[in-house]
Amino acid sequence: MKKNNSILLSTPYILWMVAFTLIPLGVVGYYALTDPDTGVFTWSNIRELGTYLPVFGQSIMYSLVSALICLILGYPVAYYIAHRGAVMQKILYMLVMLPMCMSFLLRTLAWVGLLQDTGIINNLLAAVGLPRLQLIRTPAAVVLGMVYNYLPYMILPLYSTIVKIDHRLIEAAEDLGCTPAETFRKVTLPLSMPGILSGLTMVFVPAVSTFYISQKLGGADTVLIGDVIERLYKQGNNANLGAALSLLLMILVFVCTGIMNRLGGDEEAVVV
Amino acid sequence: MKKVFALILAAAMTAMVLSGCGGQEAVQSSNGKTTLNVYNWGQYIADGSDDSLDIIAAFEEKYPHIDINYSTFDSNEIMYSKLSNGGITVDVIFPSDYMVARLIEEGMLLEINYDNIPNYQYIDEEFRNTAYDPENRYSVPYTWGTVGIIYNSNYVDEEDVTGWELLWNEKYNDKILMFDNSRDAFGIAALLQGYDINTTDEAELVACAEALAEQKPYVQQYVMDQIYDLMENEEAWIAPYYAGDYAIMAEENEALEFYLPQEQGFNLFIDAMCIPTCCQEKEAAELFINFLCDPEIAAANMDWVGYGVPLSEAKNYMDPETVEDPVAYPSDEALANGTSYDYLPPEITRHVESLFMKVRIS
Repeated sequence: MKKNNSILLSTPYILWMVAFTLIPLGVVGYYALTDPDTGVFTWSNIRELGTYLPVFGQSIMYSLVSALICLILGYPVAYYIAHRGAVMQKILYMLVMLPMCMSFLLRTLAWVGLLQDTGIINNLLAAVGLPRLQLIRTPAAVVLGMVYNYLPYMILPLYSTIVKIDHRLIEAAEDLGCTPAETFRKVTLPLSMPGILSGLTMVFVPAVSTFYISQKLGGADTVLIGDVIERLYKQGNNANLGAALSLLLMILVFVCTGIMNRLGGDEEAVVV
Repeated sequence: MKKVFALILAAAMTAMVLSGCGGQEAVQSSNGKTTLNVYNWGQYIADGSDDSLDIIAAFEEKYPHIDINYSTFDSNEIMYSKLSNGGITVDVIFPSDYMVARLIEEGMLLEINYDNIPNYQYIDEEFRNTAYDPENRYSVPYTWGTVGIIYNSNYVDEEDVTGWELLWNEKYNDKILMFDNSRDAFGIAALLQGYDINTTDEAELVACAEALAEQKPYVQQYVMDQIYDLMENEEAWIAPYYAGDYAIMAEENEALEFYLPQEQGFNLFIDAMCIPTCCQEKEAAELFINFLCDPEIAAANMDWVGYGVPLSEAKNYMDPETVEDPVAYPSDEALANGTSYDYLPPEITRHVESLFMKVRIS
């Protein structure tokens, strides 16, 4: 009886998954392996993927760098929040979430207004007699956009992991003669590893497939794989090659997150 | 239990299949009005700003039983993708000449009943029996125009403005914009090298791609409708674009100038109104097309849009300054070297698109 109930309860989600994830995935696979004009089976879309490998490489680099910067910026913030009083924690948590209440597109456009050659920052610089800077259409601007947009996805999982760390373990380390630095390195950091890994994944996955940020903040050189896929569907009217690229992107994301989890697993094993 | 599960699954699948190819019935809004879906280029109909006539509001006022659902596209190719992917209902579209030919060729347009468009009588003779619709069965011309170079005279030296090579001038590094569609981009590259803009010769296409790759380091961005903001705010100084849109930009920034490379040649285009096969409200669509061909309405519309009007009758109602403007209405002599885009076979279109993609990701 108990078992039956659980199936019944999960049925809506299973149906949802089948209808909107599994079947569409099948459609993506079908498109990737058929010819755009005739609809017959072909490997040509897959063979063409080689051309796009440098773009994949570039996308992965940008998102890895962004994920690492998010970690470096986000960890102290999460640590700080986790060590405040209960009320303060709630307020700070809300503040981290606040930017996400506004449209992601608007926030990115706001950065364009700040950074462009005729934007607010450069106009201020010019007003006080300083030379204008090349801020927008640089790799750094793209990374900035990714970090800015995805930082909450790093802070939130880190916070919820750090806040659950048993304080007695830290006291024990201190009692046994660890300096604060050693306590952090040997106790807090290993125990927050699950949060670090899920934070890295949650930043990396949306960043690697983004297209809007690179189009708005990047130059003609910063074309990411999301841009290519979008272009193939819209301008190129080549959904088949687009599907093949999406499929490869999905596989790469699985592999990358798999590697991350594997690394985490090993480290945990070492600690235990 | 398993049976229940299977039943639910089957029901869900059926519902999905039904909604997949169904959903094509005409949408009658709750108040009994007809909804007319119009799919047009951005900034391509007078919208009431700058003291212009709000064309859509005027139409809805004249025909209160019709509601217009208006949406826009950036390029012919995007519009084509949307239509060919299916699943949408559009009643009136505004493709350019070569795209009209492609849509006719692929059976994606309905024949227009010209009895419902009495205002067709005003269309000038030179815009009838065109190369893209030789028998006048599928299209009614909306505008015509040229593609030239818009530049900011505060930053660009007049002596550099000699032709399409301005878009390849290293001096204006990072201040040059380029078309984000392969047809216009390759057209310009072909003109620069003295090829025909409708070339299908493999060596010439590759040479065009190489020219675009050479240009890429100096290009700030590849854009379509974003060009308005970028040029008006002087974020960019040089951009190839449609002459009609220059008027809108020049109103915001007086330093902007337009140059038509008469010697090298340029694209001369006609944008037309057509009814796609996914149309649900053909009569309302014809009513709308007829409305836009009314000389007084067309005059009010084109005063704002800034493109050439294909019905001379309308010029009587237009702002005389616009009619005499050599940018919107170049002399016959200036137009001598203009060429229109021809319909190219799909494999060439796809090949050009993939060459362009390679330029973009290089």
